[in-house]
Amino acid sequence: MLIAILLGFLFSLLLVFTGKFFKGKPGIISAAIPLVLFGYFLQFIPEISAGGTIVHSYSWVPSFGVNLDFTLDGLSLLFSLMITGIGFLVFVYTAAYLKNHKYLDRFYGYLSMFMAAMLGLVLSDNLITLFVFWELTSISSFFLIGFNNSNPESRKSAITALAITGLGGLSLLAGALVLGSVGGSYSIDELMNSSGEIAASPYYILIAILIFGAAFTKSAQFPFHFWLPGAMKAPTPVSTYLHSATMVKAGIYLLMRMTPVLGNQEFWNSTLIIVGSITMVYAAIHTLFRTDLKGILAYSTISALGILVFLIGQGTEAALLAAAVFIVVHALYKATLFLVTGIIDHQTLSRDVTILRGLRKVMLPVAIAGFLAAISSAGIPPTIGFLGKELTYESTLALVGTPLLWIALILITKILLLHAGFVAGISPFIGQLPERFEKTKKPGILLWGPPIILSVAGIVFGVFPGIIEGSLIKPVVAAMGQDAGDQHLQLWHGFNTVLWLSVATIVIGTVLYFTIKPSQKLVKMVTRVEYISPESIISGFWSLFNKFSSLWTRIFQNGYLRNYVSTILVFLIGLTGYVLYNTANFSMDFSTLSEITVYEIVVVTILLIAVFFVVFTRSRLAAVASMGVMGLAICLIFVFYSAPDLAMTQFSIDTLTVILFVLVLYRLPRYLKLSDYKTRIRDGVLALSFGSIITILILEVLAQPVNMEISEYYAQNAYLLAHGKNVVNVILVDFRGSDTFMEISVLAIAAIGVFGLLKLRLKKTDQR
Amino acid sequence: MEIVLAIMIGILYAAGIYMILRRSLVKLILGIIILGNGANLLIFLLGRITKGSPPIIPGDLKVFEAAYADPIPQALILTAIVISFGLQSFAIILIKRAYKVVKTDDLDEMNAIDQDS
Repeated sequence: MLIAILLGFLFSLLLVFTGKFFKGKPGIISAAIPLVLFGYFLQFIPEISAGGTIVHSYSWVPSFGVNLDFTLDGLSLLFSLMITGIGFLVFVYTAAYLKNHKYLDRFYGYLSMFMAAMLGLVLSDNLITLFVFWELTSISSFFLIGFNNSNPESRKSAITALAITGLGGLSLLAGALVLGSVGGSYSIDELMNSSGEIAASPYYILIAILIFGAAFTKSAQFPFHFWLPGAMKAPTPVSTYLHSATMVKAGIYLLMRMTPVLGNQEFWNSTLIIVGSITMVYAAIHTLFRTDLKGILAYSTISALGILVFLIGQGTEAALLAAAVFIVVHALYKATLFLVTGIIDHQTLSRDVTILRGLRKVMLPVAIAGFLAAISSAGIPPTIGFLGKELTYESTLALVGTPLLWIALILITKILLLHAGFVAGISPFIGQLPERFEKTKKPGILLWGPPIILSVAGIVFGVFPGIIEGSLIKPVVAAMGQDAGDQHLQLWHGFNTVLWLSVATIVIGTVLYFTIKPSQKLVKMVTRVEYISPESIISGFWSLFNKFSSLWTRIFQNGYLRNYVSTILVFLIGLTGYVLYNTANFSMDFSTLSEITVYEIVVVTILLIAVFFVVFTRSRLAAVASMGVMGLAICLIFVFYSAPDLAMTQFSIDTLTVILFVLVLYRLPRYLKLSDYKTRIRDGVLALSFGSIITILILEVLAQPVNMEISEYYAQNAYLLAHGKNVVNVILVDFRGSDTFMEISVLAIAAIGVFGLLKLRLKKTDQR
Repeated sequence: MEIVLAIMIGILYAAGIYMILRRSLVKLILGIIILGNGANLLIFLLGRITKGSPPIIPGDLKVFEAAYADPIPQALILTAIVISFGLQSFAIILIKRAYKVVKTDDLDEMNAIDQDS
């Protein structure tokens, strides 16, 4: 199974080297890959429908519990078949659609990369692996949306889509990590067993919100839906494949996958129902205000995704069954409509529904496909769309609480979607063919073949629902932990409420189709309220964020060392000061302190005077000399307190430093006071507060008992083990000998650096 | 005495920070040196100070019999002194070279030159 997933990646890698070959006619050969995979997944149907699951496990990062576990159950199988099946048709279609395109090879590369990522996503049993594939789909989608990279609109849409879905990806990772730590495993299969503990955990709401964040962004739920209409800038095969049939369903897949783990909770169900219903109604209304065929389809896709979320939110067995059927329904008719739109666009160079008329005369097969898809989308018997709609009504009717409200919402949505389907699938083909389209070329079979296959499948599955019922649909419901039991998919249910709702939908929708025609006037109406749409609000946020970050950079990253230092210091003083204020007790046992003697005071005074001089003198030489004095005073302090080695080292180093300073710096410019009075006061206050913090800290530490264990070990063993009597020396050259060796290396490197700088002779041109 | 030393170290830190915040490169280095000395003394003081008993085992003994100063802070400081000398000498030479090239030791002006090129 790993090979099945990697095949797409390998192929796209291969294209890097053999791109030229695939650019021409042989491009269609690449369609063999999804076809082979489709066949591969088909062979699992008997086993899956018998209730089995196929598990393949490969160890990846076992220490973090991240494995390449691939599980094929009913849910994965349905998605895999959709990905490879529709993938195959899209690959074929692309060969004709982008014939002789400069970057056809790239396109196939992105497309197969996407297909592989999508397969990985639906087959992963491990949350982390799932996240990796999830991100890969976002990235390949970015390349595909921005495929026409010379178009700025297209680039902008690609970035918007990447930003929104990428944000969702982060949310998924966070959710996966929290879920993993609460549930004790990253394996979805194992998490299902601990769903009770997860629901009881205080992090349940957080996990659900994070998972929702991922699913809603990917599946374009309100208010994150706006990237999807933008993504329609992509070539139509991409819109067909990614933005109607597969990628946008990844969020739906995630929600379905998580239903047995997180589902059946009040929060889960009501959030999904609310968000789903808002999305489906909002987007369905939007379809009325579009004249671009792809725009209409984009919003009707969003609406359909809303219906799916709504159904998953209901969580009942009937609702999940309806969702499973509706996924198939939607994939079939929406992909068809997109492909039809692509053909119209390709042949007539227009997607404007207000001018497209009578095209059946020039492209009859396309018109048939469009018609079949439109009636499936409308839910007119005997299509599979009718089945999907019936089930949706049925499960919604069974909702507890206020089914009337939900029924009304879903009815409105379905009516508007019927309208959208008719506008996209039927209206371009009926009526009088305008003169400008009379010379339209007939599309080839590679173009009209795929939509015909898909739309006919919609009818066949509708008439004989038995084909998919046991093999595909019921295993999906079973994978979500529900038993579809003896419910049967059938066209005729008898005269009941559901039937009357269906009739009402079809009648009202058809009336609507004949009364409301898409027009520029309607488009203008919606642009007027554009400023309160989520898209404008979020892009407003983005520009605010940009301004904020440039302001932030100007304040904190301004390139002046002293500002960095000050920032760090202010923060340190604030934080340490706060902690000290809260915890310090400022009590000291004076009896343990050593007494003060005159000579110590004299040395400390000398030292302080020297420091004062270094800071305030106007002469550089005086400053360097005072620094020498300061060093010698410290040297004396070391002598007083039993550190002869330190005193010697300090003495020699101090002398060397002063000599070096004098030798090197006497040629520098005058020692100026560059800062003004105000700055100096400000820095002085900062420096003094930091000094005070340090003093208080020292006193606090001195009040604590000291641990001498390690020192005693060294002292006791200095002679016994290392045969040295000077303990400090023994530590340096024996106990910690390798550290000292490193130190010598550092000094050697510094010496090489100094030597190099001294020897450096700059060319005249480098000097200023 | 510890309190006096603690205050002294605080002053050393303050002086070091103040010098680091100046615009002149030379002052920056002096500041780093002062700060380094302050840090050395800080470690020294926190290891507790002992008068007149260096951590050297008396001639004919094999282990200490009387009190001795803590050797670990001393070893640490010795390392620190030497390393900071490496840093200082490199920095001093670097200033000299930088001055030869850009003819200034004002950090702000160096910034400006950096942005021009």
